[in-house]
Amino acid sequence: MIGYILRRLRGLVPTTLVIVAASFALVRLAPGSPFTSEKEIPPQIRRQLEARYGFDRPLPEQFLRYVGHLLRGDLGLSTKYPQRSVNEIIADGFPVTLTLAGVALVWALLVGITAGVIGAIRRNTIWDHAAMAAALVGISVPSFVLGPLLVLVVSLRWQLLPPAGWGDWRHVILPGLTLGTLSAAAIARLTRGGMLEVVQSDFIRTARAKGLSERLVVWRHMLRGGLLPVVSYLGPAIAGLLTGSVVVEKIFNLPGIGPYFVDAAFNRDYFLVMGIVLLDALFLLVMNLAVDIVYGLLDPRIRYR
Amino acid sequence: MTRPATDTVLAVRDLRTFFHGEGHVVKAVDGVSFDVRRGETLAIVGESGSGKSVACLSALRLVPSPPAFHPSGEVLHGGRDLLVMPEREIERLRGDRLAMIFQDPLSALNPYLTVARQLTEVLEVHRSASPAAARREAISMLERVGIADAAHRIDHHPHQFSGGMRQRVMIAMALLCRPEVLFADEPTTALDVTIQAQILALVAELRRELGMAVVLVTHDLGVVAGAADRVAVMYAGRIVEEGTVEEIFARPLHPYTRGLLASTPQIDMPDRGLLAAIPGLPPDPAHLPVGCPFQPRCDRAVDRCRQASPQMAVFTTSHRVACLEAGEAP
Repeated sequence: MIGYILRRLRGLVPTTLVIVAASFALVRLAPGSPFTSEKEIPPQIRRQLEARYGFDRPLPEQFLRYVGHLLRGDLGLSTKYPQRSVNEIIADGFPVTLTLAGVALVWALLVGITAGVIGAIRRNTIWDHAAMAAALVGISVPSFVLGPLLVLVVSLRWQLLPPAGWGDWRHVILPGLTLGTLSAAAIARLTRGGMLEVVQSDFIRTARAKGLSERLVVWRHMLRGGLLPVVSYLGPAIAGLLTGSVVVEKIFNLPGIGPYFVDAAFNRDYFLVMGIVLLDALFLLVMNLAVDIVYGLLDPRIRYR
Repeated sequence: MTRPATDTVLAVRDLRTFFHGEGHVVKAVDGVSFDVRRGETLAIVGESGSGKSVACLSALRLVPSPPAFHPSGEVLHGGRDLLVMPEREIERLRGDRLAMIFQDPLSALNPYLTVARQLTEVLEVHRSASPAAARREAISMLERVGIADAAHRIDHHPHQFSGGMRQRVMIAMALLCRPEVLFADEPTTALDVTIQAQILALVAELRRELGMAVVLVTHDLGVVAGAADRVAVMYAGRIVEEGTVEEIFARPLHPYTRGLLASTPQIDMPDRGLLAAIPGLPPDPAHLPVGCPFQPRCDRAVDRCRQASPQMAVFTTSHRVACLEAGEAP
């Protein structure tokens, strides 16, 4: 098990290198440069600027220097915010994004699993139909519709929660709901499907034949097998939450990493784009590894080699 | 309707288990009555789809309802009807007084839980045993059913056992509370032939030791001959013949029973002799024929067989048959 984790971690190194190379190549292939703006910059100043960020060197050298900096944990300087390093921007924004994604994930799991389990156990009843109809709505309504709608009702009409901004726990509720609803709906459908498969399996009949109460049958015998599809979905779900947070942070005007990412792409803020891509990619890789490990803990038939 | 005898531990009376299908009703079990007496082995024999498994599952109320429903029937145990008692109370009987083992032990055991968890929970639920006591008892039961190194093996998962060993685990699980009746639903069908005999011998041994009754559901007449005291032959959801194992094998009365016996290979059969087969197929339980359900396949069917379904007729005190033409020499 430990050996397996170490091997997987070692496997992350080449993957990360490919991601760094690809993001470096893509950002440089994009037309324009960090210093293209409506206002023409005098050539002399432009050269000075390029020298400051090392853009005057040949590309291979720039790449090697970038990798060298990365190895020391230095993500480089932002070209848009000259007084700030990429590390600082991420240190400011990423905790906000993580909090948001965390709240969204908890909401998604709580609502999704509950709805899915109810749907499966009360199959083809009004409860099941209601849960699955809600899930369909949840999957169909995009966050840029749901977010403003929640603000309109909860914040402006009922005056319960702040409509935007960042501060205490009340600020994270609406964005969290907005971001998590899509995943909640997907998890509800996966849970219901997984549970239905387990409900019909022979070992559930055995559990009943042993005289276990319905509660024990569901909690001990059904849930673990029924939730396996949800566990495998968590990797993509976390990726979805990271990309989804870009939109949600814009809607609710949160100081997360998302708006920086979009602006950085527009501004050709090379180091900032690459830094955020690398961060999101690493986060995703580690979460996928965690999902694989959890999957193995849940299903004893899976062996790590 | 006969009254249950005093040594009867379980009496099934006119049990019907129907399923709602698409626009029609599937009559899986259609008026089945039988007694299970203390300590005996009752074999329920029939082709697949004859309703033998569903009858046993219905007796323990293990058929999901809906879609199943019971238009009639009583399952009497200790003077009470299992079919109408509250869920909490039948839960108390299942796995304690009335236990069941299944055909395929791989799918019947929970793949995600250790054997220890699946065994001890039975004692925890029915005997309020402490975890340590339950574990001790589970280990000794595993040893009893022939699992070597049980104290170590108990922490393994089902997939780490072989097929025969899994069925032993299943048997241990069912017998933890020393039930009065063990329903064994084709317990050897999924196993290798060499293992089958071992498992049947084990069940017979434990039956004697614990004094429990065994309801052995099978399609294998060879198994019946070796293991059963009494036999009930099912066809299309009904019992068509019932008797002691000697009566059924020596003097089968129902044409279907005769057909079954004729289609079983005999070791002293003349060579080159083709196995006899019953012509036709079992009827679709959603569209049963009029009259006797066996009449379309029966070589002795006469007009009255096509008019009314025959009732069980007593032939000897232990031998009953549902056939109008039975008793007349073939």
